[in-house]
Amino acid sequence: MRFTRKTKVVSVVPTASMADISFLLLVFFMVSTVFVRHRGIPVTMPEAEKIEKLENRRIVTHIWIDGEGNINIDDQTIGLGQVGRIMHAKMTADPRTIVSLKADSEARFGLVSDVLEELRKVEALRVNFATKRERLPGEAR
Amino acid sequence: MADIAFLLIVFFLVTTTMYQDKGLSLHLPPVGETLEVKQKNICNVWINDKDQIAFYDATNQRLAAIKFAGLRADVEARLAANDKLIVSLKAQRGASYRMFVDVLDELKLAGATRISIANPEH
Repeated sequence: MRFTRKTKVVSVVPTASMADISFLLLVFFMVSTVFVRHRGIPVTMPEAEKIEKLENRRIVTHIWIDGEGNINIDDQTIGLGQVGRIMHAKMTADPRTIVSLKADSEARFGLVSDVLEELRKVEALRVNFATKRERLPGEAR
Repeated sequence: MADIAFLLIVFFLVTTTMYQDKGLSLHLPPVGETLEVKQKNICNVWINDKDQIAFYDATNQRLAAIKFAGLRADVEARLAANDKLIVSLKAQRGASYRMFVDVLDELKLAGATRISIANPEH
C-alpha cells in the first residue's frame, strides 16, 4: 500500500527579519565607531614590551612630540607654554582625561620632561607613553 | 530596505578602526606633594646624555655604571631584597626618549610598581 503525502514541505529562509538583523548590526557599528579625528605629526615611536592598552578612546588626548622638538596637540602645533592652558581646558571638560604621549624615539628627554611638568601643573596625571607595538620578549632592540 | 542597511553596515565596517592606543602607563605625582622617603628605600637609576645608565648610591655619593642587559636582573634583585623600594628614574635633558622608554620598560618588566620620574637638572 502506498501512502501519498498530503502536504508538501517547502523550505524557505525567512527574510522578513533580515532588515531587523541588519539594522541591529548597523546600530552596533554606529555606536562603536570612533572616527580618527587627529592625524598629528609623523613620529617614530619607541618599542616596548610591558605595555598596556588604553581602554576608553574617548577620554584620551594625544600629544605628539617629534624629533625636532615640535609639540602638537589635536593637530595644532604649539609651544611649550601653551600646553598647560590647552590641557587645563581639557581637564576641566573631563577630569578623567588620559594623556597619550606620542613622542619620537629621537626626541630629547628634556623636552618630554618639560611637557610632563606642564601636565603635572594642570593635574593631568594619567599619562601613557605611547609605543609602536609590542616587542616580543627577547627580541633585539 | 535590507540592502540599504547592509550597505551602511559595510561602510561602518570599513571605517571602523580597531586600532588601540598602547603604551607604558604611568601615574604622575601632583605638584607640591613631597613625601619623605628613607634613603635606603630609593633606588636611583640615572641616564646621562650619552644614553649610559648608572645606579646612584646616595649614601656614598657614588655612581655605578651598569650595562643595559644587566639592568632588569639587578633591579629585580634589589626589589627582592626590599619590597618598599621606589625606583627613581632620572635622565639628563640630552638623553634620548628611546633610552628613557627602554629603561622604563625594563623597570616595569623587573616588577617595579613604584616608579618615579625625577626632574633633570638644568
